[in-house]
Amino acid sequence: MRIGKDLVAAAATPVVLGILADGESYGYAILQRIADLSGGELQWSDGMLYPLLHRLERLGQVESEWRQSDAGRPRKHYRLSAAGAAALAEQRRQWTVVGDVLGKVWPHDGGPRANLALGMA
Amino acid sequence: MATEQPGAEASGTDVTGTHANGIDTTGIDALVASWRTWIEQRDAIAPADVDELEGHLRDQVDDLLGRGLSDDEAFLVAVKRLGRVDDLAREYAREHSERLWKQLVLGDGSPSGAAVGSGAGTGRRRAAGLAVALGLGVAAGLAVKLPELFGVDAPRDLSFYLRNAALLVLPFLAAYFAWRRRLDAVPIAVVAGGFAVFAIALNAYPFDPDVSSLAATELLAAIHSIVALWLIVGVAYTGGDWRRDASRMDFVRFSGEWFVYYLLLALGGGALSALTIGVFASIGVDVSWFVFEWVLPCGAAGAVLVAAWLVEAKQRVIENIAPVLTKVFTPLMTAMMLALIVAALVQWNLVDVSRDLLIAFDVVLVVVVALLVYSISARDPLQAPGWFDRLQVLMLASALVVDVIVLIAMLGRTGEFGFSPNKTASLGLNLILAANLVWALRLQVGFVRGRLPFAAVERWQTAYLPVYLAWAAFVALAFPPLFGFA
Repeated sequence: MRIGKDLVAAAATPVVLGILADGESYGYAILQRIADLSGGELQWSDGMLYPLLHRLERLGQVESEWRQSDAGRPRKHYRLSAAGAAALAEQRRQWTVVGDVLGKVWPHDGGPRANLALGMA
Repeated sequence: MATEQPGAEASGTDVTGTHANGIDTTGIDALVASWRTWIEQRDAIAPADVDELEGHLRDQVDDLLGRGLSDDEAFLVAVKRLGRVDDLAREYAREHSERLWKQLVLGDGSPSGAAVGSGAGTGRRRAAGLAVALGLGVAAGLAVKLPELFGVDAPRDLSFYLRNAALLVLPFLAAYFAWRRRLDAVPIAVVAGGFAVFAIALNAYPFDPDVSSLAATELLAAIHSIVALWLIVGVAYTGGDWRRDASRMDFVRFSGEWFVYYLLLALGGGALSALTIGVFASIGVDVSWFVFEWVLPCGAAGAVLVAAWLVEAKQRVIENIAPVLTKVFTPLMTAMMLALIVAALVQWNLVDVSRDLLIAFDVVLVVVVALLVYSISARDPLQAPGWFDRLQVLMLASALVVDVIVLIAMLGRTGEFGFSPNKTASLGLNLILAANLVWALRLQVGFVRGRLPFAAVERWQTAYLPVYLAWAAFVALAFPPLFGFA
């Protein structure tokens, strides 16, 4: 299953902010983490992450700093700012509402995952 | 990547520190170097961004090499995962429009050398741009002369031309952008409707027909209609996307550059006209009637379109000039206002104000807002606050101090003068600009102290644009009836 383009675009900001909430990170590591967490299903072109990070930086939601990687290469690290934490909390409220609505709209015995869960129980 | 020369020497690879003498040591370094030169052609992607992307690419390659892929395989997979360079450049351009607003204006994100046929019509449209601009410019020039066919006499009916100057010329500019941006029906209707409202109001209002003295409300309506209609052209300029902050900022940039180009064209045209008259006069032929009746009015109208085309097409030839001018004049303007404050305190005769003082201070505030907006429009939003941003705080603060002194002095004397149209208009403009500057000062201080992101400063100015439109429309449309067309 591949997640649709629009949904990926909508999810990208809260996912990135959420990952940075765990501690500062850099582009490649963020993408690795997203791939791990979603089992590779939440994917976009790697390069697109950077304009997104720059937008968050312009809005003051993340701060950045150049450091040296272990291999001695320059690497730009990003960390969540106070404004970013507030934005994340707001995103979280909105997504919770959406998730709740979807949970109520869709019958619980309908999806394959629900059936699977029932079968295992 | 297929078109890239494999042997291309890379200048940027010294970031990695892996080769000191310019000779590629390993396959990966050579591949990354050629990838760098390829991607550095994109204006939207700054060198620091390429560094960041290169770091990503190398991390990915190292990972893939660890899983047993060969150099070439790992490199190809890593580049593929970064995404198509055109898409990437477009995404960077969307975020960093200040780096290349020209390319955005032209409708695609690729540099001239590597134009990709994303839309088949785009290239032809660009090539036809000059022809269409010239055609519309000639049409605008003729439109200026058209009323004479219907019995309007230019020297006598000066007030007709004053009221209709923007209405005769700016529709052609709006049409140019409508064609350029392939405008949808809704924005076309908005723009056309705006022009129609002004055309009807300005020509149907029963202004005092006395030719010797112009009614005050008529002059105000004429001036403010130019501002309002220019902002309405902005709707067409943004391609109907006028709600987005970035498109509004693009229009602000366009306005500044257009002004500079128009001034240059006017200077050149004026000098050429004077030369023409002089040369013909030396052989005893008087061509001044032709120059004054045809060349100057038609040229002034046509130059509006030519300047607009120049801004869009020739951005690369000259650096954006408006931001350069702001850098030069911000310190001078600040010094002037500080000197004025000192002089006012020493003399203490600002209180003895004349009627024109408020208008003079409107001009001062307009200049301050323009200096602020154009330095914002050219600033890299990610740069940390520096000396220039602090200087702007000083400029804003001193402008506000001066303005408060003037306002207090004026308000103290409104009882004597009453509210004439001129005074109400200049007082309203003064309050609108002062309100902008007060909040701008607050945001600027927050930014300099690192409490606010630069985007907040930027968004305030773009969000304020509709206020100007509303006020200009109000003065042009509502003042004449309110003040009895006096």
